[in-house]
Amino acid sequence: MNYNINEKGYYGEFGGAYIPEMLYPNVEELRQNYLKVMAEPEFQKEFNQLLKDYVGRPSPLYFAKRLSKKYNTKIYLKREDLNHTGAHKINNTIGQILMAKRLGKHRIIAETGAGQHGVATATVCALMGLECIVYMGEIDIARQAPNVARMKMLGASVIPALSGSRTLKDATNEAIRDWINNPVDTHYIIGSVVGPHPYPDMVARFQAVVSEEIQWQLQEHEGKTKPDYVVACVGGGSNAAGAYYHFLEDTEVKLIAVEAAGLGVDSGESAATSVLGKEGIIHGSKTLLMQTNDGQITEPYSISAGLDYPGVGPMHAHLYKTGRAEFIAITDDQAMQAGLELCKLEGIIPAIESSHALAVFKQKKFQPEDVVVLSLSGRGDKDLQNYIDYFKF
Amino acid sequence: MNRIPTKLKENKKLLSIYFTAGYPSIDNTTTIIQNLEKSGVDMIEIGLPFSDPLADGPTIQASSTQALKNGMTTELLFNQLKDIRKTVSIPLIIMGYFNPMLQYGVEAFCKKCQEIGIDGLIIPDLPVDVYNEEYKAIFEKYGLINVFLITPQTSVERINFIDSISNGFIYMVSSASVTGSSSGFGEEQTKYFKRIANMKLNNPQIIGFGISNNETFSQATTHAKGAIIGSAFIKHLTNKGVSEINSFVKSILN
Ligand SMILES: Cc1ncc(COP(=O)(O)O)c(C=O)c1O
Repeated sequence: MNYNINEKGYYGEFGGAYIPEMLYPNVEELRQNYLKVMAEPEFQKEFNQLLKDYVGRPSPLYFAKRLSKKYNTKIYLKREDLNHTGAHKINNTIGQILMAKRLGKHRIIAETGAGQHGVATATVCALMGLECIVYMGEIDIARQAPNVARMKMLGASVIPALSGSRTLKDATNEAIRDWINNPVDTHYIIGSVVGPHPYPDMVARFQAVVSEEIQWQLQEHEGKTKPDYVVACVGGGSNAAGAYYHFLEDTEVKLIAVEAAGLGVDSGESAATSVLGKEGIIHGSKTLLMQTNDGQITEPYSISAGLDYPGVGPMHAHLYKTGRAEFIAITDDQAMQAGLELCKLEGIIPAIESSHALAVFKQKKFQPEDVVVLSLSGRGDKDLQNYIDYFKF
Repeated sequence: MNRIPTKLKENKKLLSIYFTAGYPSIDNTTTIIQNLEKSGVDMIEIGLPFSDPLADGPTIQASSTQALKNGMTTELLFNQLKDIRKTVSIPLIIMGYFNPMLQYGVEAFCKKCQEIGIDGLIIPDLPVDVYNEEYKAIFEKYGLINVFLITPQTSVERINFIDSISNGFIYMVSSASVTGSSSGFGEEQTKYFKRIANMKLNNPQIIGFGISNNETFSQATTHAKGAIIGSAFIKHLTNKGVSEINSFVKSILN
């Protein structure tokens, strides 16, 4: 079985580029160049240098002693929360901004839900002195005021998406429309392993630094390069793709993907795409998505804005369909409790997205000798208001 | 017999009109089609509304959202159209995004189109190569013509490829834009229209996106076989309802 992308841009039956002809030249230009550009020694050097000096990589692989004791297994946290801007998102935006420069683009567009990817994009645009336009659903703009302010301070224009449900999927539609309207000078920095080929593969490769580091860091801690489990939350799937990447083909390493169940998988207010979704096309990719019987895309719900997406990337659809990864759905309540537990046991305030991943320890029993690496994808600063409202601090 | 090739052979410039099924009201579909034909329109694109129309600007987006709120579905549209061929004889094309067709089942969808008397499909997010490899045989089995788009950025090589697998007309997108966003054609568009006309393709071209009035219709049809109007007609429906379709069409053609 192959869990990586094939030469036609598919993971098994998922992926491809289901895009209007208007986008073809842009996407094709990227498809023809992305591997070549990424392989250039100069590109590699600049990418790695920025990851080190600007992002602060490698991010620590931290043995969480008290959490491990509580759940009677060996838990390592991959500390993406310690990256500049507070999440794994910046690994991808650094890569893509360098790509955009190599392709001669000087105008950058992005979509954002919670604002984490928007902030990471605005940050690298400031770093490179490029124009930055971020599309964000009107409803999310109201919900995520601090990140809107951050993007503006960093010099980005934040444009409200007023169509449809006015959240992440609509912001993505608006970014795609902008790209149709600006086919020559603009690069679209997608924020996850979603969208038309080559985006899922390109973003996965930029995030792959996470599992590359896990291998040698685990060697230092445990004297072996592979864990028994890798656990990550899945919105679009980029932090999970990065944490899985170097273990995809090694089935001795078990993969766990954690989705947001919202108020419960059967509540009608959920974002558990693997359970609730069907095969279809969203944002240019054939994958699993939440939709009506009639093929209209539906609005998901999760307390975590970063997991509030009605699809998953095609890699994850394939991992689900083949059974390579185990998918677990975690409710708002389970995630919030797990987030608070990490604060109390380890002194780390996680992003609510990452709290979903942490909640698996109450759902699934691991053996005492199991080495479980969990992608702590982001820090909780952005979620403080949510935690306050939830716990009434 | 498919009505599109016959229509394309007529010695005149063609006017094609797009509307979103289910808008402004759920039961306007047949009235709009019949009135358009009576007003002298040559071809109609019936829009199957989609929640996430990536290639469309605000006007068609809003009409799609409203149509879905009104309760439009694929099955309902097919029901509304089941007797359409008793009263309407011009070519009818369904324009929609691929996901609703995929969920209906591509073969079932095509079969239903044939039963009703639909002549062609325009599916902006079904790429040419995927169609060619996976769906061409099905479309042909049910006598449907699939219409592909080209844009000012489409390479000559790709235009020739698209021409080679087309068997009706080529939908020429007037400028790099989503629907409804241009206001008049400048030198750049005219150059592009001429460039394509000079390629002497096998399939005639019909220009769409940004055509809104008599002037832009004339500019487009100077270099192409016809032109398609979408957003401007939707705006007309929004303002005037379905009763004054004739005056809209006259304002384009006079
Ligand atoms: C901290 C954090 N984790 C996870 C996600 C989910 O995205 P992905 O599944 O692409 O990692 C987000 C998205 O905003 C995020 O901010």
